[in-house]
Amino acid sequence: MPDVTTEPLVVNFGPQHPSTHGVFRMRVTLDGERITDVDMVVGYLHRSMEKLAEERTYIQNIPFTDRMDYLSAMSNNLAYCLAVEKLAGIEVPERADYIRVIMAELQRIANHAMAIGAYTNDIGTYFTPLMYMFREREKVLDLFEMTCGARLTTNYIRIGGVAFDLPPEFLPALRRLLDEMPERIQEYSDLLLENEIILARSRGTGVLPADLAINASMSGPMLRASGVAWDLRKADPYCVYDRMQFDIPVGVNGDNYDRLVVRLEELKQSVRIIEQAVEQLPGGPVKVNVPLAMRPPAGEAYARIEAPKGELGFYLVSDGGPTPYRFKIRAPSLINLSVLKELLVGGTIADAIITLGNIDIVLGEVDR
Amino acid sequence: MTRELAGPEVAEAIRQRFPDAVLEEASGWVMIEPQSLAPVAAFLRDDPELDCKYLISITGVDYIDHFEVVYHLASLTRNHMLVLKTRPADRENPEVPSVALIWRGANLQEREVYDLMGIRFSGHPDLRRILLWEGYAGHPLRKDFLNLPGGFKPGLPRFPGVGAEA
Repeated sequence: MPDVTTEPLVVNFGPQHPSTHGVFRMRVTLDGERITDVDMVVGYLHRSMEKLAEERTYIQNIPFTDRMDYLSAMSNNLAYCLAVEKLAGIEVPERADYIRVIMAELQRIANHAMAIGAYTNDIGTYFTPLMYMFREREKVLDLFEMTCGARLTTNYIRIGGVAFDLPPEFLPALRRLLDEMPERIQEYSDLLLENEIILARSRGTGVLPADLAINASMSGPMLRASGVAWDLRKADPYCVYDRMQFDIPVGVNGDNYDRLVVRLEELKQSVRIIEQAVEQLPGGPVKVNVPLAMRPPAGEAYARIEAPKGELGFYLVSDGGPTPYRFKIRAPSLINLSVLKELLVGGTIADAIITLGNIDIVLGEVDR
Repeated sequence: MTRELAGPEVAEAIRQRFPDAVLEEASGWVMIEPQSLAPVAAFLRDDPELDCKYLISITGVDYIDHFEVVYHLASLTRNHMLVLKTRPADRENPEVPSVALIWRGANLQEREVYDLMGIRFSGHPDLRRILLWEGYAGHPLRKDFLNLPGGFKPGLPRFPGVGAEA
């Protein structure tokens, strides 16, 4: 028998890969079917948003933010507006705070629906669960359309409050969605969590230990699935989250399965939060007047929220002028990719796809 | 609620271990000299009182005559955060030590600062451009990018009636 020699094989995944929302290239070195090295190549969607923002007024910058993570635009608007309000010392009316909580949680439902659906799609369910998930996502997007006219790149949250009050048909439609959500979430749990293929492919793949998750600045479901009960809505409450009752779902093993479970559980908690917010929703104005060309005092501020993908923060430096002197985005999608190598090396090619899908990245936010 | 540690409080803790490290302090941040960045960062991470095991973000800021690198650090168990800054000595060839071996999460963020701001991180395991392609000329987040004469800045016309003087 002749000697058999092997050599490492470098395979490019992407730039266009269906398991990523956006353009992402992964250079994987393979030994047989095992991955021995991973390098990521990003930047295909880079629009130099931080530079553009230095040329525009604080209010003009709001629409940039919803084009970063276009699957959770409301959360991005909120994080940016909170940072400007912190920088300029603006107090927001109570009703606006409640509306912001409702919108942020609706956005979490829409985002997680997409994340769970796309993940199961990567596993090979093709489009059935994804289409089911879109049913709820569409209803959330209908609610967004009612309030601000847009479905994807919503631009509703403003510095000093929200753009408009809720239309009269909003709360009945929200009520209908809230009433059917528990049943739907149960349906998804039954459908997905005990499915043999999902169990076989998700358990024990993409394992992230808790100490590495903290050391690598993970946030959101990535961090919580590793067993770290860290949620900024509890740890550093903004808006009126300190008045809400809800739990932080955590995982045990930090694998793909736990991240799936954490996302499904977070859907339940979001429904709980919205129900309380609707119940407590006070009357009154929804916005304080802010000058169009506002000039916050010189200084700096960092504000952060628990976006669906993790900690989304804005670090703004003002020199007293009408535009931000420095506009820095702490994007959870980029930072959650820090452990890509650790998650993939040692696993197989097939697992690489689902682990990448499970990190739930949006490339608009990775590249900005 | 996360407690934002005051600058003087953090500066005092750092001074006890590293008497010469602190350059400047303000109510919200501490500026340390770049040479002592790595030991101070390891101290902030491992000290049981400060316990900054979590690196939130790394930002580069161009103040025209100098750069600043801003580190937002947090403790998940004590629920506080602090802001650490450092100032590369040389505007023409800025360099600070890397903290990528102290916090794994610094790896990509330092690459981003290097790519967009041009600040080198000595000791970084893999310092390459991340968002722009290799060979891109210059570092776009610098204030002198494109270097237009007469103090003009590149970009679109500003919001009507404001900012002409900014």
